[in-house]
Amino acid sequence: MSRSHDVKRYPGFGWLTLVFFVWLYLPLMVVVVYSFNANRIAGVWTGFSLDWYASALKNQALMNALKTSVTVALIATAVATSVALMAALAIIRGKNVRFRRLSETVVNLPLLLPEIVLAVASLILFSLVGLQNGLLKLILAHSAFCTPFAFLPIRARLQGMSLDFEEASADLYAGRWTTFRRVTLPLIFPGVFSGAMLAFLISMDDFITSNMLASGGTTTLPVYIFSLIRSGTTPELNAIGTLMILASLILATAALLVARRGTKP
Amino acid sequence: MRRLANNLPFWGLLPAWALMGFALILPILIIAAVSVATRGSHGGFTWDFNPAGYAQILFNEGWSGELEFTPQYLIIIGRTFLLAGATTALCLIFALPVAWYISRQTPGMRAILVYLVTLPFWVSMILRVYAWMIILGKDGPLPRFLETFGLAPGTSFMFNDGATLVAMVYTCMPLMVLPIYASIEKLDLTLIEASHDLHGNRFTTFRRVILPLTAPGIVSGAILVFVPALGAVLEPVLMGGGKQMMMGSLIQLQFGGGRNWPFGAAIAMVLMGLVMLFLIVTALRAARRTAGMEARA
Amino acid sequence: MDRDKAVEVKSVSKHFGTYQALKSVSFDIGENEFFTMLGPSGCGKTTLLRMLAGFESPDQGSILLHGREVTQIPPHKRRVNTVFQSYALFPHMTLEQNVAYGLENLGWERAKIRARTGEMLERVHMSAMATRKPGQLSGGQRQRVALARALAPEPEILLLDEPLSALDLKLRQAMRDELRNLQRDTGITFVFVTHDQEEALDMSDRIAVLGAGEVQQIGTPAQIYEEPVNRFVADFVGETNFLDVEVLDSREGQATIRTPLGTFGVPATGAAQKGRATLSIRPEKINLGDQAAGGITLAARVVNQNYMGGFTHYTLETGGVTLRASRRNASRQGDLVATGADVTIGFLPGSARVLAS
Repeated sequence: MSRSHDVKRYPGFGWLTLVFFVWLYLPLMVVVVYSFNANRIAGVWTGFSLDWYASALKNQALMNALKTSVTVALIATAVATSVALMAALAIIRGKNVRFRRLSETVVNLPLLLPEIVLAVASLILFSLVGLQNGLLKLILAHSAFCTPFAFLPIRARLQGMSLDFEEASADLYAGRWTTFRRVTLPLIFPGVFSGAMLAFLISMDDFITSNMLASGGTTTLPVYIFSLIRSGTTPELNAIGTLMILASLILATAALLVARRGTKP
Repeated sequence: MRRLANNLPFWGLLPAWALMGFALILPILIIAAVSVATRGSHGGFTWDFNPAGYAQILFNEGWSGELEFTPQYLIIIGRTFLLAGATTALCLIFALPVAWYISRQTPGMRAILVYLVTLPFWVSMILRVYAWMIILGKDGPLPRFLETFGLAPGTSFMFNDGATLVAMVYTCMPLMVLPIYASIEKLDLTLIEASHDLHGNRFTTFRRVILPLTAPGIVSGAILVFVPALGAVLEPVLMGGGKQMMMGSLIQLQFGGGRNWPFGAAIAMVLMGLVMLFLIVTALRAARRTAGMEARA
Repeated sequence: MDRDKAVEVKSVSKHFGTYQALKSVSFDIGENEFFTMLGPSGCGKTTLLRMLAGFESPDQGSILLHGREVTQIPPHKRRVNTVFQSYALFPHMTLEQNVAYGLENLGWERAKIRARTGEMLERVHMSAMATRKPGQLSGGQRQRVALARALAPEPEILLLDEPLSALDLKLRQAMRDELRNLQRDTGITFVFVTHDQEEALDMSDRIAVLGAGEVQQIGTPAQIYEEPVNRFVADFVGETNFLDVEVLDSREGQATIRTPLGTFGVPATGAAQKGRATLSIRPEKINLGDQAAGGITLAARVVNQNYMGGFTHYTLETGGVTLRASRRNASRQGDLVATGADVTIGFLPGSARVLAS
């Protein structure tokens, strides 16, 4: 019978949120829908077709770009996560760390600088040093800018973890290495995992640096897609895009599930 | 082995310093040097001191070598700031009510909605920009939709600042929603009741209680959006077209084959300087606020 | 009550999902009264308080403040202020700003706000810290600022939601007196919510005992304690012994009851009708040994004793019934009765109360 004056709700916010989510997902849906379009011109719908998926999967240049991207991302993720893990352990668990604040800033530096500046700087450095191997250039640059993304979740997890566990382990006659391997690492694993996932994602997604450093044979997936977009939108591009959206969805859900399991006691 | 164990901080931080030193700090120092080097005749540069790169931002070298003022690069810098600022503002305006609404749901629903906010972030950035190229492009769904109502026939929505802005807001939005949501979730809801109890209406409560208490989330969201937006490359290149450049796309252009490296380096230094200035000012203001609180103690 | 009515609660019901928080509750609160709603958690007392503040609205029924229906009026338009359980002081404002907040929203003049804020902080002895922020205060100080903030806009009614529960024991006792004095000085109607019966008995003019979404009894502290109307009230307020009894006869203020300990005559109450009933007798009303003179006396055995300093609690067995008694330790020696000892116990018939089963 009576209107409730719930002061914690604002009228209209629900509708706004609905519009927000439609706006967030509609563009992706458009890519997916257009990927099934038989017509060569992306914008004109003539009928349903899976042809573009077939041609995408047969596209050798695409597969090469994917291979390059995954190779670079996997190695960069491994490097970045190891570097970040060591740095986090030293910064959070180390005693009498000199330059603690400075070290943390240095690890996070890639977050504070526009990526285009880093990309250009790397380009100049590699050309001065005379580094020729395209893959190595990519891996080096990617490792550097992925490190803070791996660092932040690990650091957060480590900081949130009570010292008691490590002290209990030491009390039960475990050495430093055993304590790390059997107590610390399993407990911070969700942080390490989300850090690695984030690093992988950032590396796979990178366009600016990869484009700047790209040379023949080291075209990454985003750089290849950029060249496709430049040469005109095609339904095949939509098919590739849909496959990538699908892959992201699976990856994101897997990451969420692992992270969730990690937070449960 | 014993020494290693006893020097955990040193050995633990060594790889980080080595990686960042070589792949980050060293290149930044080099680019600073290149920004005052001399342009090479076939791309690249030579190590001769020459501030021409910076001068070029403001002046054009005439036929007879005289310098005349040219606003074209200042316009690009100005556009960069305007678009980055507008992106931040638009993200903020949408993110606040959305984050608020999400925080009012049951825990299960909240987890789902937060997941839905983050999900597009996992999709490649270039794809997310591309999606808007389809929507706004010639024969795209939006022009066609408007045409069926006889609205704006033949209008091009692409290759202007508006298109760039749309794509920037779209790609940056999750970065704004998440920190704001985090700070709203921490908000003590009795404070809102207390404000209403003390005769504050919804607007007063929002302005005087909710906004100040979620300020940390708003500030970090603004940083997370504004800094990448200043350095945006993909959005202006794909959506803005060749003419509506931002600093990021201008820098990129200078490092294509046989362009002007020192000028590109100079623009990069200006961009970096502006970002640093913004971050330092934000950090100082935050520090002053905490210091102010402590000083009263 | 001859006072004017400050609050009228009329047949108010409230559901939360399938859970019925309030079942057609009605009562009045008088002008200038210190009124307490007492009950266990989940009894509906907080829901009622939130309805008076305007944060909840009843499913059915209505609420009147000074004769005016307020059910549809939002919280910020009610001349009612609340002292929240967690105090809810705004952490980003100084104490001054906190106290001034309500006045600003009411549109007071600047000078008047300053004067009133100063006056209120003075009243709760917090003037020296006016420019500090709540984060730097102790629990007791926060409590006092919350009081000043809620009283500053001169509310018609002040609501207090378990405001003492976050304080430690000593401070709580001091704050009780301070609250009582404040109420007397300001003449504002206080509606106080607590689950602590001692607080309720100490401070209130009248108490409403709530249980299971209903008003169980309303009365002065002495009425609630000495003349509980049902088993719930007798059990929740203070400690008591319950005996299953049968009322054999009830007439002219006198009832004859059959208990496992024998048949007695006790003063009758409205609840005492022929048939099964419950007899409630409080532990301190049962006298032991030499104190057990007059009234009804019985032979008992001490099963256990708990020495509490000022008192000793005894567990007694008599006629197959276990009773708890407490006895004041009036002198250093000779008061304690040993465990296992046989002892005479007794109580006055008027101290026992017959309740409906």
